[in-house]
Amino acid sequence: MKLELRGITKRFGSLVANDGIDLTVEPGEIHALLGENGAGKSTLMNVLYGLYEPDDGQILLDDVPARFGSPRDAIAAGIGMVHQHFMLIPVFTVAENVMLGHEETRGGVGWLDRRAARRKVREISRRYGLAVPPDALVADLPVGVQQRAEIVKALTREARVLVLDEPTAVLTPSEIEDLMAVMRRLRDAGTSIVFISHKLKEVKAVADRVTVIRRGKVVGEPSPSASEEELASLMVGRKVSLTVDKSPAMPKDIVLDVEGLRFIDDTGVVQVDDVSFQVRAGEIFAIAGVQGNGQTEVTECLLGLETPTEGRIKVRGRDVADVSVNERLALGIGYVPEDRMHDGLIGSFTVAENLVLDLYGREPFAKGISLDLRVVAENADARIEEFDVRTPGADVLASTLSGGNQQKVVLARELSRPLILLVVAQPTRGLDVGSTEFVHRRIVSERDKGTAVVLVSTELDEVLGLADRIAVMYRGRIIGELPGGASPAEVGLLMAGSTGRSTAAVSGATDE
Amino acid sequence: MSDEHATEVVRSRRQPTPPEAPSRLKRTALWMRSTHPVVVTGLAFVLSIVVGGLLIAITDTSTRNAAKYFFAAPGDTFSRAWSAISSAYVALFEGSIFDPRSAHGTVWNALDPISNTLLNATPLILAGLAVGLAFRAGLFNIGVQGQLIMASIFAGYVGFAWHLPTGVHLVVALIAGMIGGALWAGLAGWLKSRTGAHEVITTIMLNYVAYYFLGYLLTTDGFKRPDSNQAISRVVHESARLPQLFPAPLRVHAGLIIAVLAAGAMAWVLTRSKLGFQLRAVGANQNAARTAGMNIGRNYVVALVLSGALAGLAGCSQILGTNTSITQDIDAGIGFTGITVALLGRAQAWPTVLAGLLFGALQAGSSTMQSRTGTPVELATVLQAIIVLFIAAPALISGAFRLRGTADTSGQQLAKGWNG
Amino acid sequence: MTAVREESLVETHEVVEVPVSGRARVASGVAVVAFGLLCVFGLGLGSHAGYDARFALSPSGARVHVPDLVLPARIVGIVLGAIVVGLGLWRLFHNFSRRAMRWVVAFTIIAVVFSFLCWACTGTKGTRLDLLGLLQNSIFLAGPLILGALSGVLCERSGVINIAIEGQMLTGAFAGALVATLTKSTGIGIVGAMAAGGIVGALLAVFAIRYLVNQIVLGVVLNFLALGFTGYVYDALMAPNQDTYNTPPLLHAINVPLLSDIPIIGPLLFRQNIIVYAMYALIVVIDIALFRTRWGLRTRAVGEHPRAAETVGINVLRTRYINVVLGGLVAGLAGAYLTIGEDAPFTKNMTSGKGFIALAAVIFGRWSPRGAVGAALLFGFADALQTVLSFIGTPVIIPSQFLAMLPFLATILAVAGLVGRVRAPAADGEPYVSR
Repeated sequence: MKLELRGITKRFGSLVANDGIDLTVEPGEIHALLGENGAGKSTLMNVLYGLYEPDDGQILLDDVPARFGSPRDAIAAGIGMVHQHFMLIPVFTVAENVMLGHEETRGGVGWLDRRAARRKVREISRRYGLAVPPDALVADLPVGVQQRAEIVKALTREARVLVLDEPTAVLTPSEIEDLMAVMRRLRDAGTSIVFISHKLKEVKAVADRVTVIRRGKVVGEPSPSASEEELASLMVGRKVSLTVDKSPAMPKDIVLDVEGLRFIDDTGVVQVDDVSFQVRAGEIFAIAGVQGNGQTEVTECLLGLETPTEGRIKVRGRDVADVSVNERLALGIGYVPEDRMHDGLIGSFTVAENLVLDLYGREPFAKGISLDLRVVAENADARIEEFDVRTPGADVLASTLSGGNQQKVVLARELSRPLILLVVAQPTRGLDVGSTEFVHRRIVSERDKGTAVVLVSTELDEVLGLADRIAVMYRGRIIGELPGGASPAEVGLLMAGSTGRSTAAVSGATDE
Repeated sequence: MSDEHATEVVRSRRQPTPPEAPSRLKRTALWMRSTHPVVVTGLAFVLSIVVGGLLIAITDTSTRNAAKYFFAAPGDTFSRAWSAISSAYVALFEGSIFDPRSAHGTVWNALDPISNTLLNATPLILAGLAVGLAFRAGLFNIGVQGQLIMASIFAGYVGFAWHLPTGVHLVVALIAGMIGGALWAGLAGWLKSRTGAHEVITTIMLNYVAYYFLGYLLTTDGFKRPDSNQAISRVVHESARLPQLFPAPLRVHAGLIIAVLAAGAMAWVLTRSKLGFQLRAVGANQNAARTAGMNIGRNYVVALVLSGALAGLAGCSQILGTNTSITQDIDAGIGFTGITVALLGRAQAWPTVLAGLLFGALQAGSSTMQSRTGTPVELATVLQAIIVLFIAAPALISGAFRLRGTADTSGQQLAKGWNG
Repeated sequence: MTAVREESLVETHEVVEVPVSGRARVASGVAVVAFGLLCVFGLGLGSHAGYDARFALSPSGARVHVPDLVLPARIVGIVLGAIVVGLGLWRLFHNFSRRAMRWVVAFTIIAVVFSFLCWACTGTKGTRLDLLGLLQNSIFLAGPLILGALSGVLCERSGVINIAIEGQMLTGAFAGALVATLTKSTGIGIVGAMAAGGIVGALLAVFAIRYLVNQIVLGVVLNFLALGFTGYVYDALMAPNQDTYNTPPLLHAINVPLLSDIPIIGPLLFRQNIIVYAMYALIVVIDIALFRTRWGLRTRAVGEHPRAAETVGINVLRTRYINVVLGGLVAGLAGAYLTIGEDAPFTKNMTSGKGFIALAAVIFGRWSPRGAVGAALLFGFADALQTVLSFIGTPVIIPSQFLAMLPFLATILAVAGLVGRVRAPAADGEPYVSR
């Protein structure tokens, strides 16, 4: 089916998320929609899927105008969507998830025909080589298989336009490879595919056509064979330089010594398996890897948020097994969590309060059992100044700040006390280029002060730009360690895991 | 763009655009049309009076008789309804604020309605503070009823079974009451921190356990009044009673002072102490609080112990002040009314005091209303429920009165289910 | 495009063991052992020696007389207790799977209850315990709890917490008595009761779904409103004119032909009134519909992950409205049970916590209809036992208040995880805002 979007405009108050976007997807083509986070890709797709009503513009299917008031209309018109966050119900089976919303029933009372549902799942699986077990609970399946279930879900609704929103973010390189094969098969069977991504290599590998959007506007339709530099400059709007200026590290004593760390979560999954490493004062030790390979759990064990099942963690030679989170913070461990609104900030607290969230109990903020609100306010003004936090004042709620400024608040708080070890996880996720540079500079300067830094990141550029040493985690294990100057290909290979298949494609797929 | 960003943008769209240098009059008008808590509360009160009036009219016999020939003489129906409604509300006012009939006597007589309001408000304020404090720590303490019962058992027992010097006896009884309430609430906190059992469920269940436990005690020797066939406890000694603040017939007792002191203490703790910072942080975002090194489980226990101690003081006010012996209905609905008081007071200390006074006035007035006009005391309950219902849904009030401004989301912090 | 073997592509994470934390296992194991020891020492050896437990199973004058059940009380207690102790020790040292643990819990409950009955029987040496009467009374008392719990299941499965069961029931009881008296028809009265419950349900739905009010707060306030409103009208209208407003006509029991003559089961289940038969139907229909029909699948989807449901075209808010109002109707029927069904006039606050016990049954039964019904029956049994025990006199006097506490204590134990993890629908209580 041919999909055409004409002049789609969507405003949120004064912000124009989509500004007259034109996009045509021919039958049997993979059309990549390339853009940075916040460029308006997801908004556009939500308009297409009937979740938002466009303020202006038209959607045409096979040259016939269509109006979607709800996802139901979009589905009926043959549009299928695989959301970035899977829309699967964990406690349902694959077959139940697939049938939900367009159930086949018997007997006029809505009696579910499970056998038909199962049959349908098997049929689609077979036709497109999308192996999914129909009777398994979704919660028990790995993400790659969950994603296949999502695709099956769309295909059983006879989707002729399939939208994949950032489908590779959660996949391992081999899973990405499988996904691309599926996409090609679907294309060859006549499905139109919209592939949303900000990963250049993937787009180049799979797309037939590319549309780049920036700040809600179409800025170009380069050929997929264009160079990465070309695509990147179109996407970002200027020459990108993600190299960070830094002098060579001068490592000193060992600050952090992790040995044989093993962590099993409360569902019995081994998240971290026999991980050992050491970090010295004055160096940045990066833990690279695709999301969900145990890096987050390692940082949580370091801070004491999770208790390791086995192994020990020593900070400056002291075993911290029995040291509480609070005491670890007092020891001089700084922590910038992966999800700042979830773990790093309290949205309904003021900026000033957030700036003392883990310091309020100590001098000079506390006097006996009471708080010195004056000192808290003074501290806030000083930190806002120092870290250039853009806020109307220290007493506004943290939830009203932009992502970059929220991250600055977290960073300002953690760096405002003497540290011996700084643990930062995904420090620039969702940040604009300016904030990213700022955050990177502060991390390097903290290293230069002699702090040991553990950086967890899924962004290869960030790892390569900042790290003095790189460890790669895969399935809970550190499967290799490389020096800071390693090549992207080497790191990418390790991120694919020891069982990586075709090495060129794998390193290409993960490396941006 | 990300979902979060989108919702943020949408939210900001609803922000009213600031008017350009409004005149004083215009500012006042804007304030009146805003969703300022005071305005919302006032409007909710007005709405509840209207609904209550309808209820009075519908159940009034003479109004209904007149309605039978409504089309012949509609004026009759309206005038009778009006007289039923107005006489009920006038009696409500006279019973709670000022009664011109009794004003001819001494000053004390004139103050009698106010004294009754304060007497009724005392345990309500304390119960409201108890619920409010837990709210701020992200916990919903529905168990004030049970805590109040346990407190009255503890305080009452000390009061009638022990012999201590005047003064000391009262202090010991008060402490015993606070311990009783704190233990009962702390149990729910401990269960939550140890096993994750939702405090709403455990506190509801503990209410009934306490209720039946009291029922059992009221059958036992040593607790039950020996000379009575009724389920009533022995009488608290004079030395353990909260002193009256004014000469008879005014009944308001020192519990009121305790309630005001408790409100002051709670206000201070929440805004200016380390403990309060911690409680609020855990209440607002548990994960961030944990990451900042706070002990979530201990916070649950501490918050509920404090909340239970406040509920315990409400129990003390009942057993050491208003009454002198324990009966099965010692709670008198205060536990649940306390929840509505806390909601009306938006879980803040001083507003909760005002809310307690308002509901205390409704209760005091309603008994006068029943005795004078025959309108049942339950009218107070209906009014309270309607006020809080409207308060809890600020969007509804804004819609009904076409108010501007963003919805008040103070209650939304707690909007989580059994799993949260 | 070759068919690939499913299992070959499903990559497995390494999973270590059934995830029951050590502490929970020890706690539940110790609890089971403790109950076993209670059976052996408290109930078995505590029975008066040499007396048998006699249970009457047949009403006087029944067409088919079933002989009394006679059991050696001591031996029953000791044997059942020993088995329970064994199960507890097994839990402690070898562990059970989650599924098996449910059976262990069920068996423990039955063993304790049965040993208790045997023990109680030997109190007044040689009297018969009317077991049939006890069971009849249990079902009778469990009725409103079952209906209330079904109401809770309907609401909470779709993601709306219903603490207002109590208020819906009370309003239903009130409206049932009023309408039935005014129309002199029990049928219209029942409809009126359901409508009243449905109205409170609709209030809950509108405020929770449209105005996003915290559902726990809302439930509490609605209970309060129901209590005040019914109490007010009772005092203003009903109490002064009982004959005109508060004397519902009799609702006759209907004997189901043949079935009502089956020994034991007949008098127990098939000599009931229309509300009870409606209840049977609701139990079966809701239990089946929730898991086997389109409505059920969508309801559960909305309660677990509303956004996912919306993306496949399901109208989340409408689903919730429908379920909450349906729940209100069922709770209203529970109210009708209390007035019309029991041939009783309405009295102030006559539900006196039954709605909360129903809520407890929902949780104890893990949000499943059959679990909730089982829990409600158990709670009804505990209630019925109070009266029986005060008649027969046990070897050690047990104050009725402690039996009255049982449902509440059992629920606390359940949510504290002593009988396995209790998990509510994932989106239960979370207001949904459509994009």
